[in-house]
Amino acid sequence: MNKPLRDTDLVPDDDGGPLYAAGRKIYPQRVSGSFRRIKWILMAVCLGIYYFLPFVRWNRGLGAPDQAVLIDLANNRFYFFFIELWPQEIYYFTGLLIVAAITLFLMNALGGRVWCGYLCPQTVWTDLFFAVERLIEGDRRERMRKAAEGWSLQRGAELVLKHSIWLMIAWWTGGAWVLYFADAPTLIKELVTFQAPMVAYIWIGILTFTTYTLAGFMREQVCVYMCPWPRIQAALTDEWALNVTYKYDRGETRTSLKKAAQARALGEQVGDCVDCNQCVAVCPTGIDIRNGPQLDCIQCGLCIDACDNVMTKIGRPTRLIGYDNDINIHRRMEGKPEVFKPLRARTVVYSALIAGIGAIMLYALLNRSLLDLNVLHDRNPVAVRLSDGSIRNGYTIRFLNKRGFDRVVAVDVDGPPNAVIHVVGADSITPDRPMIILARDATTELRVLVDSRPYSEDELAPSTPVKFHVTDIGLGEVASAKDVFVKP
Amino acid sequence: MADHAHHAEIDKVTGTSTTGHEWDGIKELNTPLPRWWIWTFYACIVWSLGYFLVYPAWPLVNGYTTGFFNYSSRAELAVDLAKLDVVRGDKMAALAAAPLGDIEKNPALLALARAKGKVVFGDNCAACHGSGGAGAKGYPNLNDDDWLWGGTLEQIEKTILYGARSGHDDAHLGNMPSFGKDGLLTKDQIITVANYVRSLSGLSTRPGTDLAAGKQIFAENCSSCHGDEAKGNTELGAPNLTDRIWLYGSDEATLIDTLTNGRGGVMPAWNERLDPATIKAMAVYVHSLGGGK
Repeated sequence: MNKPLRDTDLVPDDDGGPLYAAGRKIYPQRVSGSFRRIKWILMAVCLGIYYFLPFVRWNRGLGAPDQAVLIDLANNRFYFFFIELWPQEIYYFTGLLIVAAITLFLMNALGGRVWCGYLCPQTVWTDLFFAVERLIEGDRRERMRKAAEGWSLQRGAELVLKHSIWLMIAWWTGGAWVLYFADAPTLIKELVTFQAPMVAYIWIGILTFTTYTLAGFMREQVCVYMCPWPRIQAALTDEWALNVTYKYDRGETRTSLKKAAQARALGEQVGDCVDCNQCVAVCPTGIDIRNGPQLDCIQCGLCIDACDNVMTKIGRPTRLIGYDNDINIHRRMEGKPEVFKPLRARTVVYSALIAGIGAIMLYALLNRSLLDLNVLHDRNPVAVRLSDGSIRNGYTIRFLNKRGFDRVVAVDVDGPPNAVIHVVGADSITPDRPMIILARDATTELRVLVDSRPYSEDELAPSTPVKFHVTDIGLGEVASAKDVFVKP
Repeated sequence: MADHAHHAEIDKVTGTSTTGHEWDGIKELNTPLPRWWIWTFYACIVWSLGYFLVYPAWPLVNGYTTGFFNYSSRAELAVDLAKLDVVRGDKMAALAAAPLGDIEKNPALLALARAKGKVVFGDNCAACHGSGGAGAKGYPNLNDDDWLWGGTLEQIEKTILYGARSGHDDAHLGNMPSFGKDGLLTKDQIITVANYVRSLSGLSTRPGTDLAAGKQIFAENCSSCHGDEAKGNTELGAPNLTDRIWLYGSDEATLIDTLTNGRGGVMPAWNERLDPATIKAMAVYVHSLGGGK
């Protein structure tokens, strides 16, 4: 007779162990192969863009910054090649962030954590720091031996050299960062002669420190303990996403090379995995991919390269570890052919969202006005009666000239009967049509008065819509804004 | 930190020694604060003592200790303000040097004068004239085009500098006499002339009013200040009685009150309180409100 199941039976009988595992030093081994090559290329591209983009020039005309990508905080402008954004257009960044997030989802739906493995700054810089470490201290075995042996003069010299190079990379990382916020060549000159603003040195210091600690010491700890993406990613993925997978249907049961040969000679079924542990040795986060998908795996594909090298050596087919999914493992075990479905509901939706938001942003960008005005109605008083009985409303109008040259504009008003417009400080060429000069790439705030000439009281509603037009005399560009005209 | 070695008893569950204290069978574990915490605490005490000495802090009977370095937040403010004056120096100097009439033609100076004027107006003038210069009963609206003492830039500047009936030697003078209280006009005459004045700006009059008599009374008593055509006189601050703008109100009762008791609002002189450049900025600001001539 079966005992009834009690709550206590569901509680694991071990004490759970400590919640925090002590940090374990990982010594990733050098590996060569196609994924390693992809990672080198992507590293070169990413770092190349990051370090050298501030030096790319872009001609915007006289007096305007000629840096292709510039975040000009002092003047509230953001320059990106042919785009110049004003502070109120910050929503383009919102759109960009949304597209970036959905792109991350799309990458995840197609190829798992490809972002983590190839493009994440933490991965890229850690990889670079690993390369430096390997160059100076040697590969996995040497480093483990040296760490075990303890101190010697040569070991000290190696460590000093390694940390110096790390710090230089970290320093240049912080240095490149600040170059995005000021004219790069000028800032470099100032930095070298100690004339640069204090905030530049502080930011270089902060980014030197974070790069050095995160890429030199924290490494996989950042991915495992600090980064939220593994948690979110796990909830977003599905069974179709291609992940770096150990094909246990082919690999198990693991045996040594010799035993496998003997067993095969006898016609017995054995796995391809020879338990050489190369996949573990090369792993930058120190996991065993053969334990299945796990949070610590950044899916960089280096274990694929390591395993492929071994499989080639022992004359077995490659990709015992490869980009694969659980569905195919089960299908292979059932003798069915492998299937891959990049076109699924979620990938289609993600792509559509990216395309849609991108189209909206592009439309908004191409149709953004380079002449604009904002109107603020006087609050106290909202309306004034003049001595001849006419009614006056006052407005503060802010004109925006986003073009790189000064221009002359005329201001007109539609709305209340017999409206006459005055602009304080304007020059009028024709009567009742004030002309003003708008400085290039700037806002101009002016006080505008609208009078409604004598009328019978009933002619004017308590509130009449009024529309201001500003017309560029030279280019013919027109912008308008609405407000109301009220009675006292 | 308590060291009760002689009581040393190890708690079985935690493996920690106890302090030996016991309440109703409950024993206290000896878990001292971490060293770093203790030392941070001591460092804070030392720091606070230093703070007490260096900064003005200790209250005394007639004041407080001034600290070692004569630090005071008021002095710090003075330094900050002096720095601000240096930063704004060129601009304010340009404003002070520019002729009053040219400021509105120069966009940069106009923007500066308006910004400066707005702040100073808010601090000094808004109490009576309202935050936007809208005025109130007895306090002129500065947005309209009716000016007791004239609405040109120079006239506005003069009014701000010296005020009206302020006691300053150069202040505007001129009062509305109290015709009723001083017995200059009878009650009936006041009603008649009040209705006549209302008729000047097209307002309705009390039925049966003899407007011709009112005109006669006006010519004899009022026209010396308000003019033969009642258009007012900015020299005397006499308002135009033919327009639609009334400082104290246009209804009959208010006019009777005005005629009976007289009027004479006071505008303070600002020349001693504000510097000439600031007054200049404010004159431009008030002029730009829209009513300036």
